[in-house]
Amino acid sequence: MALSCRHVWDRISEYIDDTLDSQVRADVERHLAHCEICSAILDSTRNIIIFMADDRVFELPLDFSKRLHARLDDVLQHEFPEPREISPL
Amino acid sequence: MTNPAPIDAMEPASEQALIASILAGEREKFRLLIRPYERQIYRTALALLKNEAEAEDVVQDAVLKAYRKLASFRGDARFSTWLIAITLNEARGRLRKENRAAFDSLDERSEESGDYTPAALTDWREVPLAVLERQEVCALIQQAVSELPETYREIVTLRDVEELSVNDTATLLGISVSLVKVRLHRARMMLQRKLVPQLRLAAKPAPKRRIFGRLSWL
Repeated sequence: MALSCRHVWDRISEYIDDTLDSQVRADVERHLAHCEICSAILDSTRNIIIFMADDRVFELPLDFSKRLHARLDDVLQHEFPEPREISPL
Repeated sequence: MTNPAPIDAMEPASEQALIASILAGEREKFRLLIRPYERQIYRTALALLKNEAEAEDVVQDAVLKAYRKLASFRGDARFSTWLIAITLNEARGRLRKENRAAFDSLDERSEESGDYTPAALTDWREVPLAVLERQEVCALIQQAVSELPETYREIVTLRDVEELSVNDTATLLGISVSLVKVRLHRARMMLQRKLVPQLRLAAKPAPKRRIFGRLSWL
């Protein structure tokens, strides 16, 4: 089926995650093969997703781990975990 | 190095054994249990709270809570997912307490309408990962995530920053898989529209300063 640009935009996220069914995926690919605008939208979205997962974007502050473990010191020395109850999950 | 190098997550079986020994009294081993996830939960807290000091506080509170509630951890979820769930709850609690959360009235039907227009730039050229060496580029991305409405920020954080599966994201947020997909799509499109023009500019090399500009009388 020939898809319009709007239809392709609606499916870009699922296309990137590879969760479209094979027929829709093939339709999207057919459109992308000749549509420069949708290809650019796809590539730029994918680029941004790759950036977000990079450790450098949300970096740990200086001595973060040291402060965390310092705060744990007192608790680990003096407290046992509480007896079992309902879990958050 | 000011923070220890990241450690790979353990196999679930070794993690279960470690948890058993902590509960049996080897309390110091709790440090080993959380080490692989320190970075991950900090990033979750930072992406949600937008503030480094607060994110650090929330992580510390979440880790202490995880220790105290360790006996309640059921082995059917991964420990990392459980720890992220606690962090998410702590961060949400903080946002609610400070009344900073945008209580948006999103519902599935309105979200499916998909009325957005992405930034369409046919001359888009991939921006190389190397630009992330530059603080200002990382700040642009952080800023764009932080400006998303809370509902979308949570989805993007879990799915694209932490790279959790759609199913784990749905479980953590207590929503359906299809709603995760709808919200994720919208969030990514919002980021695309916002970031593409900015990244395109940021990726361009800075123009060389000329001592003598073009002289108009020549």
